[in-house]
Amino acid sequence: MKRYIARRLMQGAVLLCMVATIVFFLGRLTGNPVDLMLPEDATPEDRAALTQTLGLDGPVLDQFAIFVGKAIHGDLGMSIRMKQPAVEAFFDRLPNTLVLIPWAILLGMLLGIPLGVVAALHRGSFLDRAAGTVAVLGIAMPSFWLGILLIFVFSVELGWLPSGRMGGPAHYVLPVITLATFLVAGFMRITRSAMLEVMESEFVKLARIKGLSEAVVIWKHCLRNALIPVLTLWGVFVGNLITGAIVTETVFAWPGIGRLTYEAVIYRDFPLLQAVIILKSILILSINLGVDILYAYVDPRIRVT
Amino acid sequence: MAVVERPSSTDPVAPRLSLWRLVWPARIPGGFRRTSRVPWIPIAIISAIVVMALFAPLLAPYSPIDQTLRDKLLPPAWMAGGSDKYFLGTDAFGRDILSRLIYGARVSLMVALLALTAGGGVGLAVGIVAGYVGGAVDSVLMRLVDAAFTFPAILFALLLAVTMGQGLGTLVTAISLLLWASFARVIRGEVLSLRQRDFVALARVRGCSAPRIMLTHILPNVLNTFMVLVTLNIGVVIIAEATLSFLGAGIPPPTPTWGLMISEGRGRIADAWWVALIPGIAITLMVLSVNLFGDWLRDRLDPRLRQL
Amino acid sequence: MTPDTSGETVLEVRDLHTHFFLRRGVVKAVDGVSFSLRRGEVLGLVGESGCGKSLTALSLMRLLPKGGARTIKGEVRLGGRNILECTPAEMREIRGRRISMVLQDPQTSLNPVFTIGDQLREAIVRRRRASGVPVMEEAVAALRRVEIAAPEQRIGQYPHQMSGGMKQRVVGAIAISGEPGVLIADEPTTALDVTIQLQYLKLLKRLQAETGMAILFITHDFGVVGRMCDRVAVMYAGRIVECGPVQRIFEAPQHPYTRALIASVPKMTGSVGRLATIEGQPPSLMDLPVGCRFASRCAHVEQRCLDAYPGTVRVGEEHTADCWKVMPS
Repeated sequence: MKRYIARRLMQGAVLLCMVATIVFFLGRLTGNPVDLMLPEDATPEDRAALTQTLGLDGPVLDQFAIFVGKAIHGDLGMSIRMKQPAVEAFFDRLPNTLVLIPWAILLGMLLGIPLGVVAALHRGSFLDRAAGTVAVLGIAMPSFWLGILLIFVFSVELGWLPSGRMGGPAHYVLPVITLATFLVAGFMRITRSAMLEVMESEFVKLARIKGLSEAVVIWKHCLRNALIPVLTLWGVFVGNLITGAIVTETVFAWPGIGRLTYEAVIYRDFPLLQAVIILKSILILSINLGVDILYAYVDPRIRVT
Repeated sequence: MAVVERPSSTDPVAPRLSLWRLVWPARIPGGFRRTSRVPWIPIAIISAIVVMALFAPLLAPYSPIDQTLRDKLLPPAWMAGGSDKYFLGTDAFGRDILSRLIYGARVSLMVALLALTAGGGVGLAVGIVAGYVGGAVDSVLMRLVDAAFTFPAILFALLLAVTMGQGLGTLVTAISLLLWASFARVIRGEVLSLRQRDFVALARVRGCSAPRIMLTHILPNVLNTFMVLVTLNIGVVIIAEATLSFLGAGIPPPTPTWGLMISEGRGRIADAWWVALIPGIAITLMVLSVNLFGDWLRDRLDPRLRQL
Repeated sequence: MTPDTSGETVLEVRDLHTHFFLRRGVVKAVDGVSFSLRRGEVLGLVGESGCGKSLTALSLMRLLPKGGARTIKGEVRLGGRNILECTPAEMREIRGRRISMVLQDPQTSLNPVFTIGDQLREAIVRRRRASGVPVMEEAVAALRRVEIAAPEQRIGQYPHQMSGGMKQRVVGAIAISGEPGVLIADEPTTALDVTIQLQYLKLLKRLQAETGMAILFITHDFGVVGRMCDRVAVMYAGRIVECGPVQRIFEAPQHPYTRALIASVPKMTGSVGRLATIEGQPPSLMDLPVGCRFASRCAHVEQRCLDAYPGTVRVGEEHTADCWKVMPS
């Protein structure tokens, strides 16, 4: 188990280095890095100072060494637009995203997994078809458009819910639904197909031979096994949540790291974007590590080896 | 031990590649899945959108770019205040939404075609090489695939847009990065099982070189899977393209794209909902149709891919 | 090996029909199967793959696979009661305690995410009223009974930590923990190594001697039949074509199919010659002939074989065969 975690940590570190390297070289090799990193109205003195600190007149490898050295000390450059260290800007906004995402995950699992189980149990029934339609629609709708649609219906037409910005519980409803739709569809689809497969297996037959009740057979023996493939897709879901957070926060004017990413793109704030991407990678990798540990808990075959 | 089994047949010859099979596949032998009905409605919608894209200049009533400011924000023709001149209404610059929608289909399909060719092609090659060569090559390539899966490609796409500038090339590169890994993973799995088959062993015994076996024996046999993957990923590409356009990292204005149209209409949702909502309906319909068609194609060509 | 033929009948199957109703047609997988099973007896059910053996077993458990399989006709009397008429709740009471089953593949029969102790306890807890002994101790005793070494340690382990033979013993322990009167063993040794197979068969024999349960032993292996069974029923294309005491079947098989099957068993003695095989393939279960189902492969086929099914003929003490050409005794 310890070796397993250690291996995962190593893989994460390698991946992080890859991301940092790619970000660095994209910044240096396409066009003039000084233009990328300073506002258009920067003075020649500013430019000279930046060239000095980043070693931009030296060889690329020396520049890379400077970049890595600074990065290790938590310095990923100054945000052009916000005139503050990019890392600081990220951590200022991070809490706002972290209060949003767990609700979406919770909603996604609480709706998606039981719906998937029920759809599998009544395969081919009206319920299964209805659930399937929801799943197919949930995947076909671009989430930013769904957010706008929700605003139109619930804020503009009905006037029930606020259309954006942070605030009381009512402010959470629409962004959480927007973020969770994809998750509900995804969890449901995977749970359903995993359940269908598990329900055919021999150990389920043996559980019935023992004379166990259907409830125990389904919700204990089948579901516990079906959760394994559900968990393996967590990595994909985390990536999707990060992407989803960008568009959702943009649509709902939610001041989190997703909205920050959008602003970095819109204002061509390269140092900010660079920092956001590296820090998000760390975030994703840590979540994935947590999921891997959880995975080992659910599947004893991994725990022991 | 009296085991009386039916004789089994193995295939010493590789099944011949026929383009016709891609268009009209044979039933999977021994498959007992009920063949689902041909999805005529999705096929009709897809065809309509393809025709729109191909003949956009002939079909669009107006230029998608020219502004007619006195006709701005007109609602669709069936609503109060709507004009018969603009069936789906106009946007904040007085541009005809129907025309922009028709031209937008062009961009979506063009990006899908290019990105699937590039990303899918790379994935196909990586999958075949990793699966057939195996060993260290396989583990390195698969690590890369894992890495690509962990990291959301949309972030790279945004990075590319900022460093290289917006444009078709950047967009296609970015979306290809999103695609190749899933292609590679599935194709590799397929190749691993193909490698065990008799006709591959026979080719090796005959002294065929590895590249030759990969091209003439492996490639034709994964084409079915590849076609299914391509179809199932068209929706992914369209959504990715729209998302990137929405975030200001797609093809720059004034070229009409569906994502950009939604983005431009977003601020007007309170007084002119049609500007933002109509292109979204187009995206949803298109993706829905392509996915339903893809599901059907998968069931016909390669039911083992069901897990995707 | 003296068959205890004096025991009372514990399981009586009469004219069992289990069909698959598919879009393409009806697959008559079990099509008129009758046999009985007495206390303390082992009845072998032999036939090639796809002849309906396993589906017969699942029909008795009322655990038919999903997807159109239904038992449409017949009776399964367990202690005088037709269990085909039981409600699902009653069936759950019966499974595990009155009739139980060991499945073919030990690798997949145990739930990979629970310890074997958990899985064993589930079975024990269900049938307990108030015996006073802690469940844990009972589980350990159950493992000891199936000759698992160091059961106290094994009980906390997961299936993947055990060998196939050991898993199959655990499956056996789970199956008999409710002290059922009838145990169905569906090719329990097919997935095991040859040496382990023998051990397992001996274990089954011993457990049977201890508990007096009746075993329906399903196999395609005539070698195992000789070692395990008191009586044997030969199944072909959904029906039992010959049934009788093991010795009679081996010495004087009456049905041509049985004769062919026995001829294809490799002998330990004698010259190493070509093994006899049976030409042709069994008929499609979707499109069965009116006459004898073996007719298309039979060397002695006559017109009457094609015209009508022969019916079951008594050919000796407890010995029956479905063939036109046998002499009734």
